[in-house]
Amino acid sequence: MPARRELARGDYLSILGTRVLRTEDPKFLTTGGVYTDDVVDDRLAGACHVFFVRSPLAHATVSGIDVSAALEAPGVIAAFTGADLADLPAIPPSAAGLINTEMTQRLLATDKVRYVGEPVAVVVTELAYQGEDALELVAVDYDPLPAALGFDPGDSSLLFEAAGTNVAGYWGDPASLRPDLFEGCETVVSHTIVNQRVAPAPMETRAAAAVWGADGRLTTWIPNQGAQGTRDDLVKLLSLEPGQVRVITPDVGGAFGAKFGADPEHAVVAWVARRVGRPARWSETRYENLIGMTHGRAQQHTVTIGGSRDGNIQAYRLEIVQDAGAYPKIGAVLPMLTILMTTGPYDIPSAEAIAKVVVTNTTPIGAYRGAGRPEATAAIERAIDLFAAEIGVDPADVRRKNLLPKFTEPHRTKFGALYDTGDYVAALDAALEAAGYAELRAEQAARRASGDVRQLGIGVSSYVEITGMGDGEGTPPSENATVEVFADGTATILTGTSPHGQGHATAWAMLASEELGIPVEKITLQWGDTDLIPEGGGTGGSRSLQQGGAAVQQASRELIEIARERAAAELEANPADLVYDTSRSAFAVAGDPEASVPLTKLAEGERLLVRTVFSQPGATFPFGTHVAVAEVDIETGKPTLTRMITVDDAGTILNPLLAEGQRHGGIGQGAAQAFLEEVVYDDDGNPLTTSFADYPIISATEVPSYELAEMQTPTSYNPLGAKGIGEAGSIGSTPAVQNAIVDAVAHLGVRHIDMPATSRRVWEALRAARQGSEHR
Amino acid sequence: MIPAPFEYIAAESPGHALELLADYGDEAKLLAGGHSLLPMMKLRLATPAVLIDIGRLEQLAGVQADDGELVIGATTRHADLAAAELVRAEAPLLAYAAAQVGDPQIRHRGTIGGSLSHADPAADLPMALVALGGSVEIQGPGGSRVVAADDFFQGFFETALGPDELLSAVRVPRRPGVPWGYQKFVRRSNDWAIVGVAVVDGRIALANMGATPLRATAAERALAEGASPAAAAEHAADGTSPGEDMHADREYRRHLARVLTRRALEHQTG
Repeated sequence: MPARRELARGDYLSILGTRVLRTEDPKFLTTGGVYTDDVVDDRLAGACHVFFVRSPLAHATVSGIDVSAALEAPGVIAAFTGADLADLPAIPPSAAGLINTEMTQRLLATDKVRYVGEPVAVVVTELAYQGEDALELVAVDYDPLPAALGFDPGDSSLLFEAAGTNVAGYWGDPASLRPDLFEGCETVVSHTIVNQRVAPAPMETRAAAAVWGADGRLTTWIPNQGAQGTRDDLVKLLSLEPGQVRVITPDVGGAFGAKFGADPEHAVVAWVARRVGRPARWSETRYENLIGMTHGRAQQHTVTIGGSRDGNIQAYRLEIVQDAGAYPKIGAVLPMLTILMTTGPYDIPSAEAIAKVVVTNTTPIGAYRGAGRPEATAAIERAIDLFAAEIGVDPADVRRKNLLPKFTEPHRTKFGALYDTGDYVAALDAALEAAGYAELRAEQAARRASGDVRQLGIGVSSYVEITGMGDGEGTPPSENATVEVFADGTATILTGTSPHGQGHATAWAMLASEELGIPVEKITLQWGDTDLIPEGGGTGGSRSLQQGGAAVQQASRELIEIARERAAAELEANPADLVYDTSRSAFAVAGDPEASVPLTKLAEGERLLVRTVFSQPGATFPFGTHVAVAEVDIETGKPTLTRMITVDDAGTILNPLLAEGQRHGGIGQGAAQAFLEEVVYDDDGNPLTTSFADYPIISATEVPSYELAEMQTPTSYNPLGAKGIGEAGSIGSTPAVQNAIVDAVAHLGVRHIDMPATSRRVWEALRAARQGSEHR
Repeated sequence: MIPAPFEYIAAESPGHALELLADYGDEAKLLAGGHSLLPMMKLRLATPAVLIDIGRLEQLAGVQADDGELVIGATTRHADLAAAELVRAEAPLLAYAAAQVGDPQIRHRGTIGGSLSHADPAADLPMALVALGGSVEIQGPGGSRVVAADDFFQGFFETALGPDELLSAVRVPRRPGVPWGYQKFVRRSNDWAIVGVAVVDGRIALANMGATPLRATAAERALAEGASPAAAAEHAADGTSPGEDMHADREYRRHLARVLTRRALEHQTG
């Protein structure tokens, strides 16, 4: 018998960093997920169905609502208006105080409607199919008002008379802008650009199922990004006690930031269930989703950039107008993050940024993949290309010249962000090399020289972004995890994060498996039930792995220490003499591997369970560079994205398969904003993009195969070395693709094309450039 | 997304469908693939009281040669049309157009008769039929009649079909080896055409350049008089007044029609 080596950690291949296949997928690819509308539960037996009457007008006073005809319709149980909910508090704006406190919302509009899609009444029916017929019978008397729209809605048609203005507030003081900011700059370029409104458009629309117990407690199933935050919102919206609400999260079909917390509709469904004394369900249509779910972005940027003619950027100013939509929700706060990330990865001696927030007669703005940071990246990446074009220097060279040099100790920016680690120049160079940048420029020159109808554009975008932020109240970002090992060799993890496509069940099991030696397939992840897991921060802001994952690792290690004490007693050994052998999930006495006890045996008596909280010192800042290659048909204006090369450094990668999936989704979603997607309203505030025929979400046929280059710069803020990856793809790709499309026609005199850079916009830009040169 | 209430009746034969149409008049709509009608009903843009399903009638499906014409049953699905050897050989533009409709799910449900009756000016098959100089067979209470494509499309989503009539078959000339060209300008691959152009043997048809699929007659005339494709294409938008939407204004559409017509003429296969 060969001599056995002494047991030690690292004696076998680690599962960390490997491409473990998603344990979630067999279910999603075969029997299907169980989404809120699919939930079958005894508690929901006999549920009624809730339908929302929504405003068809952007702005109107409501002088009367008559539900009597609807009440006579087949299957109608009840109908309610805002008057029935009058005892519930108005919803204050986000950041009330900084944002005008008069800009409040009712769960159902009462005296006034402020956007097409605003709920004004509900009809409750026995069966799901009866609702839409009954909705048509609710008569609402509207007196139309002029719609306030755009980034300069003015004050002639006030959304909130008590506020006296359509300006909801400011981030930063406009009077603080320095008139001499650009003094000494050889070249100064300024442009006003639009970061357009987009729709999150998750495959699963919003939904709810709600039932009240005899004990006066609400149990509600809602697709969300964090059951605990959704519970807390419902407590506020319905004036309940915290212990009165249980939120259960079924499978969630995408969220993109727009399923955080609870919306008025979720609260109304719960209220209806209590009022009619039976469970109630709601599932919105795609039309409702596109007008009723919060939208994203909707910023206007006036960028001014100045520097030397050889490419040193000396000063940058970003003036933001945030269209918050009809009610200032989280969208009104997002400019704060845009301002925080004003200078991105660049070292710019003088920079300043301010934001004005306006309300308009449109769907409210909420969080959307990146939430405030993509806007900052889009602004400065366009500004740099405008500056590079003005001085005639290659935009990649301008970036390299102005990127912050590599740093390993945290770097504090002028705007207060504390970047943990970064090597931005390396990311830029890696992306350019992977793209074959010089060859692309040569190909571009050849096509320009030959007058090819398909001109080539190369767009570069360097970014840094914030992931895993705290709650902004001074507490460090943290997350909890509970790990329990059972005598049958299985384990369960409870997490306060909330997967909706990311792959937590796989990743969290990998982390526990690494410590415990229990195979991934024997580890179950649970989340999203506030009775089971009362605390948690949910999933958003690319926080889950670095905090929730690190908590799983920490809990697993703490569990091993508890088990070690039990093993020591079992083996009558000193705990310090015991070694945990993950290859057989057993403790052994060092030097005497035959004297061992398996972990499962230690779980036979008292529960072997640890709940822990992991905190990290602050947010982490992943970074990267995207290179987009686009062809533009200069006769039709049509842009085609032909290559997408990205470096996305998110620190140490736990599972490349999952990380690449996040990058793929993000890149596509970001590219969609660059040349396809936009929520469009007409001059009266009527939404024109109310189905997927009109709202063009991107599909596989509009994107190339992505070329992902690898780079990993670990953070020291958590033992995994991990930063967030959920949003980075969408942050880097949007300006890269936009820059590529502009670059393709730059030689024809085009300097800028607003997003989405559609065929029509490209053609119009080409025509304007041609007419401009003819007039010269 | 739930339609207004309606009755559903599966027709047992084309004759039965005509009887039902006679009974219900304009309260009824014929249902075949349902990929235009059902979405409109779900959005309540259409609220027929009765749906008469002819989608299961085998006698209305399939492709046959009849002297100088191919006869295509009205309920022939786009995917079957695109794959039919006879069509690919003798009316290849039609097979190609069928393959451009929507996405695979739509092509496996949607029918040629349905698409033509729906008469969306932005759609592929109406434009293709006009380019091919085809015709449709219509059955009604008084018997059957044949209407040329140029006369069939009468307005925005309007055709020569009466409320008591049924489009039973489509006829196109058998023209193996005749050059043809097809250009469809879209935002995304499965979208409707912002502008479309189909050319075959000197005939030029345009999609989404007006209320119906149109002939680019000025360009056809220039071609016939010996103009080069590029010169003829300059006249492709003459006399058109296309609609405006968020994808294109009138001027851009007219520009696209000229560019796409030139490309369709210059890149013909046959």
